[in-house]
Amino acid sequence: MTLAGYLIVAALLFAVGLAGALTRRNAILVLIGIELMLNAANLNLIAFWRYGRSPEALTGVLFVIFSIGVAAAEAAVGLAMIIAIYRHYKTTNLDYIDSMKG
Amino acid sequence: MTLPFTIIAALTIAGAVAAMSLRNLVHCVLALTLAFAGLAGMYLLLGAQFVGFAQILVYIGAIAILTVFAILLTRGTEPDAFLDLPSAWVSNSVIVAAVFGVLVWAVHSSPLSRRTLPPPPQITVRQIGFALMDRFVLPLEVIGLLLTAALIGAVILAMHEKQAAK
Repeated sequence: MTLAGYLIVAALLFAVGLAGALTRRNAILVLIGIELMLNAANLNLIAFWRYGRSPEALTGVLFVIFSIGVAAAEAAVGLAMIIAIYRHYKTTNLDYIDSMKG
Repeated sequence: MTLPFTIIAALTIAGAVAAMSLRNLVHCVLALTLAFAGLAGMYLLLGAQFVGFAQILVYIGAIAILTVFAILLTRGTEPDAFLDLPSAWVSNSVIVAAVFGVLVWAVHSSPLSRRTLPPPPQITVRQIGFALMDRFVLPLEVIGLLLTAALIGAVILAMHEKQAAK
């Protein structure tokens, strides 16, 4: 298996996530699309770490661990914001959430 | 070596496509779980066991469950969750195709991408723990601070408005 296989899978995953984030109108699904793009980046990092010159340095693995931590924080804050917006607008459809001031 | 990769890659992509195209939001999250599990399998295939299990714990165990809760709390099973603007569909397709095309072109034109699999490195969790406490201790502290701030912020954001006004 060459490195290109993993990179193509990651690129495909990124494209699917981007398509979802652009076309879905539910805020939660847009968040899921962003989450998929983040995961594609993580897969790239792990693949480059494995095929790199010195995997003993562990930089790729630790970068992905920190990235997963940041993604968890992002998901928690994002979903809390969606719940707060839903309470205000009674919808999670992004087409109807179009003003900054209540 | 290639067969497990093919199966896991197909599962991951199929899960991602289903998560982005199904109508019922709960089904979307279930498909997303499949994609996350496939990614965890891919990490295991690449010899990053610790990251694979962290992926299962954090993504399948926490983020997927949290998303299901958010969907149920926001009555997200209502239909019409797609863009209904034909011109936007066209521009979105162009953007996605362009991004994917550039990525594939970059992968194929790089000499790095034809590198074959080197012998597996001997990585133990003990080594990861030492690295976290030694060279990466500052990022570890920062991520701890970030998670604390994010969780407090999430609670404040989702708190009831009337209570917050008092």
